[in-house]
Amino acid sequence: MIQVLINGAVLGAVYALIALGLTMVFSIMKVVNFAHGQMYMLGAFVVYYLYGVFGLPFYVALPAAAATLALVGVAFNRFFFQPVLATATREENSMLMAVGTALLLENLALTVFGEKQRGVPPVVDGAFVFGDVAEGGAILTYPNAMVALLAAASILSLLAFVQYTRPGRALRAVAQDKEAARLQGVDVKAITTLGFAIGAALAGLAGGLLVTVYGVNSGVGVNISTKAFIMVMVGGAGVTSGAIVGGVLLGFAEAIGYDLLPGSVTYLLIFLSMIVFLVFKPNGLFGKPWG
Amino acid sequence: MNKRTRLRLALVAAAVPWALLGASVQAQEVLKIGVNGVMSGEAASWGLVNKYCAETTADMYNAKGGVDIGGKKYKIEILALDDKNDPKISITNAEKLTSQGVRYIIGPNIDTTALAVKPVMERTKALNFPYAFAKELYKAPANASVLGMVASYQVGPIMYDYLKTKKGVKSIAFLARNESDAKNQQVEGADAAKKLGLNVVAGSESYEPGTKDFMPVMTKIIKTKPDAIVLSGVAPADAPLLNKAARDLGFKGTISTETAQDSKILAQVAGAKANGFMSVGGASTPEIQSDYMKEFVAAYKKRVGEWNDEAGTKVYALELILAVLKKNPKALADTEEFKKEMATFSMTNPFVKGGNTKLEFTGQADFGRRSQVGVPLVVNEFQDKDFKTLFVGTIRN
Repeated sequence: MIQVLINGAVLGAVYALIALGLTMVFSIMKVVNFAHGQMYMLGAFVVYYLYGVFGLPFYVALPAAAATLALVGVAFNRFFFQPVLATATREENSMLMAVGTALLLENLALTVFGEKQRGVPPVVDGAFVFGDVAEGGAILTYPNAMVALLAAASILSLLAFVQYTRPGRALRAVAQDKEAARLQGVDVKAITTLGFAIGAALAGLAGGLLVTVYGVNSGVGVNISTKAFIMVMVGGAGVTSGAIVGGVLLGFAEAIGYDLLPGSVTYLLIFLSMIVFLVFKPNGLFGKPWG
Repeated sequence: MNKRTRLRLALVAAAVPWALLGASVQAQEVLKIGVNGVMSGEAASWGLVNKYCAETTADMYNAKGGVDIGGKKYKIEILALDDKNDPKISITNAEKLTSQGVRYIIGPNIDTTALAVKPVMERTKALNFPYAFAKELYKAPANASVLGMVASYQVGPIMYDYLKTKKGVKSIAFLARNESDAKNQQVEGADAAKKLGLNVVAGSESYEPGTKDFMPVMTKIIKTKPDAIVLSGVAPADAPLLNKAARDLGFKGTISTETAQDSKILAQVAGAKANGFMSVGGASTPEIQSDYMKEFVAAYKKRVGEWNDEAGTKVYALELILAVLKKNPKALADTEEFKKEMATFSMTNPFVKGGNTKLEFTGQADFGRRSQVGVPLVVNEFQDKDFKTLFVGTIRN
């Protein structure tokens, strides 16, 4: 059982980090960023090339992945989403734009990076061993421990930024009520861009972090996005704490499900539970953004 | 000669080379070959490697002026379409290719897409070469598909027997991706292992497509204490992660699969933790490569940028199609002529060194007729960044 709990904790931390970026963009712009998984994939490839191919230190490559994706986020927001949001009369337009950007990124990646799975050398190697897994013991590998810790640290840093800094407060204000924020002197356009950049940077950070344990391929985006949607819907779309709780819940549901149920039933039950849950609580666990 | 006449003459002079070039291009016949398979998403490598192999073969022939069939040189043109592993798209692709006059199509890659296009192949009298194992595609009355590689139910029993007799394996666990192809392979594998007297300690465990952290599902497998773990129908993207998870959890036994893998992916993602991993090869491993295969590898690298060991099993289809067409040019327009040749066709395998290996159609024992490309049954073991050939077998025919 200890191994199951370790698996759930690692997965939960990782999933929460993935979901956080998606919920950030939704809270600020009311846009479901279907390209979130593809942004994760790009971040992973940045670390793959900088750390895995060119040999730069991992602690240089990881922030570079976040910074690169922040720039991608700014560009996407400026050239794709803002023009559509400014003129579109239907919400579906921004959704279609998001799907389009996802397809664009995936096909570009397939052309540029190829079809193969890629991986990088481990940043740390070894494991904490608590007995034989087959006999009820447990193992926590150093790479998994590092990933979970860095994911948790990134989440806490973001929460602190949003809670205690001026731009963070502006982000919350825009998420709650754009008009009221504008009347209070907030530059909504700039803050929206900042929100999209942070969301994309978080996707890049997650990809850059997880490439060290899971590797990456050009087609990984769709599955990452699907899981992120589950977490965000359960937690409450646009709610930071909801994304974190959603991520942790999915992590433990997966770990416990695989241990107790036949593998093919685990995700069936996760999806079924999500449907039933949303019928009774359509706004998720935490309701409105930063409400 | 006035100014207008001079201008006309200049235009005519400029147009002549283009007209001649056009005439010469028109003079060369074109042989269109289709590729219909998954070329995007996580399983993209399955279809893309098919496409790259066909394009590389076409490059090699076209560089020599084309393929000589019935005294005419044909330029080979590859028309490749992505079906995204979606049966509906696969059908649309098949309709599109056959409407363009394509008679021979390589792919699709999984049972659902291959079964979906079967009626299109039959109606349009085209022939396809799926990389899917469903027997109803190849057994009579089906007559429009030729299995492009070695099926899991052909190589599985041979591998398990090897594990039992050479590695002392007594108990075995099967883990599959939660998809119909992989689950079918898991069921067939578990049955074959039981027939060999192995104790199947896990026969139905699976993981969701898109899973990246395999520690939870592998924890359950490890708890069953198997001597060997078989990864049924595992994709090259998942295989290194599964190996890594098993080794991280302290598993010391053998891990194997009946699908083709790539050594560079295993080395990059799992490193030494993939050592000992057994998989199926084709003509990839240097120990068995002919000079022609080495040329192919070089041409593949030139086109794609890097080699993929999966291509070792996918290099055969187009070469065999061209060889049959060379033997019987009537098959260019009539796939029935092609089918007639399949029962007896035989050539020296150009990809395996030594010149003693035959390349022919096989599958009599499994499908009741020769409806399978006779790819050599090569079992590899990953060791320190590369595959080493463990043994070369043959499919019962």
